[in-house]
Amino acid sequence: MNRRMILYMPLQILKVAAAVLLLPALVGLIYGETRHALVYLCVGAATFVLSVIGQRVVKPWTKVIYAREGFVIVALTWVLMSLVGALPFVITGDIPNYVNALFETMSGFTTTGASILTDIPAMSHANLFWRSFTHWLGGMGILVFVMAISNMGDRSIHIMRAEIPGPIVGKLVPRARETAKILYLIYMGMTLLEVALLWVGKMPLFDCFIHAFGSAGTGGFSSQAASMGAYDSAYLQWVVTVFMFLFGVNFNIYYLILVKKIGQAVRSTELRTYAAIAVISAAAIAINIRSMYATLGETVRHAAFQVSSILTTTGFSTTDFDRWPHFSRTVLVLLMFVGASAGSTGGGLKVSRVMILFKSMHREIMRLLHPKSVRSLRLEGKKLDETVVHNTLNYFALYMLCFALCFLVVSVDQFNIETSLTATAACFNNIGPGLGAVGPTASYAGMTTLSKLTLTLAMLLGRLEIFPVLLAVAPATWQRK
Amino acid sequence: MKIIVAGCGKIGTAITHALVGEGHNVTVVDIKGAAVEELINRYDVNGLTGSAADYDVLLEAEAGKADLFVSVTEKDEMNMLACLFARRLGAKHTIARIRTTDYNEGNLGFLKQELQLSMALNPDLLAGQQVFNLLRLPSAARIDTFSGKNIEMVELRLKQDNPVCGLTLWDLREKYKGLFLVCYVQRGEDVIIPDGRFTLLADDKIGVIASPGEMQRLLKKMHLTTKTARSIMILGGSRASYYLARRLDFLGKSVKIIDKDPVRCRELADLLPSVSVVEGDGTHQDLLFEEGIRSVDAFVALTGTDEENILLSVFASKLGVKRVITKVNRTELTGIAGDLGLETVISPKKAVTDVVTRYARALNTAEGSKIETLYRIADEKAEAIEFVVTPEFRGKGVELRDLKLQPNTLIAGISRGRKTLIPTGSDTIEPGDRVIVVTAGRKLVELSDIMAGGRK
Repeated sequence: MNRRMILYMPLQILKVAAAVLLLPALVGLIYGETRHALVYLCVGAATFVLSVIGQRVVKPWTKVIYAREGFVIVALTWVLMSLVGALPFVITGDIPNYVNALFETMSGFTTTGASILTDIPAMSHANLFWRSFTHWLGGMGILVFVMAISNMGDRSIHIMRAEIPGPIVGKLVPRARETAKILYLIYMGMTLLEVALLWVGKMPLFDCFIHAFGSAGTGGFSSQAASMGAYDSAYLQWVVTVFMFLFGVNFNIYYLILVKKIGQAVRSTELRTYAAIAVISAAAIAINIRSMYATLGETVRHAAFQVSSILTTTGFSTTDFDRWPHFSRTVLVLLMFVGASAGSTGGGLKVSRVMILFKSMHREIMRLLHPKSVRSLRLEGKKLDETVVHNTLNYFALYMLCFALCFLVVSVDQFNIETSLTATAACFNNIGPGLGAVGPTASYAGMTTLSKLTLTLAMLLGRLEIFPVLLAVAPATWQRK
Repeated sequence: MKIIVAGCGKIGTAITHALVGEGHNVTVVDIKGAAVEELINRYDVNGLTGSAADYDVLLEAEAGKADLFVSVTEKDEMNMLACLFARRLGAKHTIARIRTTDYNEGNLGFLKQELQLSMALNPDLLAGQQVFNLLRLPSAARIDTFSGKNIEMVELRLKQDNPVCGLTLWDLREKYKGLFLVCYVQRGEDVIIPDGRFTLLADDKIGVIASPGEMQRLLKKMHLTTKTARSIMILGGSRASYYLARRLDFLGKSVKIIDKDPVRCRELADLLPSVSVVEGDGTHQDLLFEEGIRSVDAFVALTGTDEENILLSVFASKLGVKRVITKVNRTELTGIAGDLGLETVISPKKAVTDVVTRYARALNTAEGSKIETLYRIADEKAEAIEFVVTPEFRGKGVELRDLKLQPNTLIAGISRGRKTLIPTGSDTIEPGDRVIVVTAGRKLVELSDIMAGGRK
């Protein structure tokens, strides 16, 4: 166990985070919020100085890391980032309670979008920008970002694997750093495209950035209390619907398109399944809610927006879907668990995992019929390694266990089962709004500190796919053996 | 550069290690998924599971865009086929490992031409040559020859009783008055490119460069044996043993090969009529005594198992065999072999890796000062590189004392036509020369890289 490296790398990332804090400071200056700008500047400077000093102290003998160091580094970085990222909210006084600020920041970095704010427009521009920018950084991964701009060594694949979600993480090109660069360039390009398209639709520029960050990271923080419902423009809502869907696609697909292997990209079974789930759910909901809206266009738009938002685990809304009929709400809750594609910025179980689970289930049933039959599972036209199937099954069991535990703790609060269950599901799967008391028009402000902390942990578990966090706290990881 | 390495065995791993260190973009291919996984975890490379001669796999690896395709799988035929396909798909250069003796005899040229191979690798042949050189100079821990063979670099371990211990390099030159140069010193973990004030100590490993004749004289003055081994016992009938025995036999040495496989023994006996081949288990000490291990000049352990080689070499050393050479392929074991007192350890894997590294680096050259030879020395912490000087070289015609070099870089030798110069301050580098440079902690691509300020 390379303990020094485990501390050294997160500090390295914090240095970058300190530099990133200059962005909200700049936004503060632009909007004349000098005091808030100063706070961001000071927090950034202090973080930078402390990280540099810390790095001197723990300078590692060797930079060699293995899988377990990779896991722990990622978990620790995320915790540190959230602890530091919450500071400006508290110091500026917009969110005076540190637990609330931590919940908000973790919700930002993990691209959950669950908020404890009851009066969003009262926030300063600097704070609103920072809140949404954490979505953007957390979506593709902060360590992957640092990997793209600096050399993290030969074995950075372990870090990449721990941070990018999905059952199988591969590189696009031989070098991890090049892969990280390509991912971030695609990510940046698509975000800017969305900003431009929203701007064309006459959204204020500041809001364009906020909502582009929100959909790019599949986060869901909005600058408006009514989320995307505040813009009475079918064009804007459709743009966001499409972009949320696009950011929930595996980024390997975009790379394939970039290198002109469009045929291979279109043949992707995960992409097809993901699209099919979206279309079928949207259609089912549209039929179910047709009597609630005046025109067919409006019905389809709301159905598609909500499905895209929940399936990709973004959490924007155009309407209070908590008032929809039970069937529609149930479909949305089920979509929460499915989640987006592997290798995207979304959360949840991931479509490819669900596919593997179903295929494995099918094989077990066939095995009952033909006990001697030998068959291998295939995904994307390739034979699936049995260890991947095994890992996926185990992951699912662990996922359900963690979910059950969080649900149990949250239910201590005197909310009904609907609220407790969807609050846990929405945080654990990094969506944001749930149903009932945590519905799209409400907030998490009414929860107790215990529930808030539990949900904060649930968000981290969900974003990092459980194992890194679990390994970071497991005693066996730290034993000197 | 984009490089594909097919085959993730010992040699494939070593080559990948070296090429990643050189900064290339490497994709590895192997039929065994676990082997590929292992490499992806250890190095910053991409991996593909599948046969290297499978058209789809080659397409997916983008072999057509590769600058270099190296195939080092188990099977020669697979390597040849993979290289041929890769070349047809558009790979610029291909290197195949071809081990089978039959392919390596007269028709290798034909094979290379027809398959459009840039290079054929034969680790066993390289190992055989390495051992052959070492037997020529029994006191050297390693010998590297450069093109033209009129200059060589010998690594010596300074024992307590060596008269040069305690001398500075200036004293050494005064005392022995010859055309030689100490070009690197390995002391513990450190590798030093020494200057005249440097003092040699016991247990240092030093690299000396000189012409072969001069080297003999110098070693004699140091009271080191220079007598070439006459009777040699080779353990293991591997291909390397065959190449070695053939060359030794050609010089009329007395050679004995011991192998336990009767079929292999029969083959060797047919191929090498004047070599005595003994069928038996070399791990039985009785057999070794019976075959006269006490009376041989040299003992070479070339079996396929590193552990066996190490143990029997230790045994031979204990019996007082003057020259013991051990083949160790696994890097982890090399250190242990040294700790056990085995001075001369060879690794075919390393030799092959040096060749591929040299080839890849030469491809990167823009200016054209071609790398002729490259050896990674002193536990791969330093390099000795031979360049051919082109007219474009900036420092041509400048006296060496006026040439500003990068730190830890030394011009160790210049060969001009048939003449060998051990450079002094008044010598110059001229176009057409072959220059040998020794450097630590730096990767030279062109000769201009040695100069302070780099290429301009």
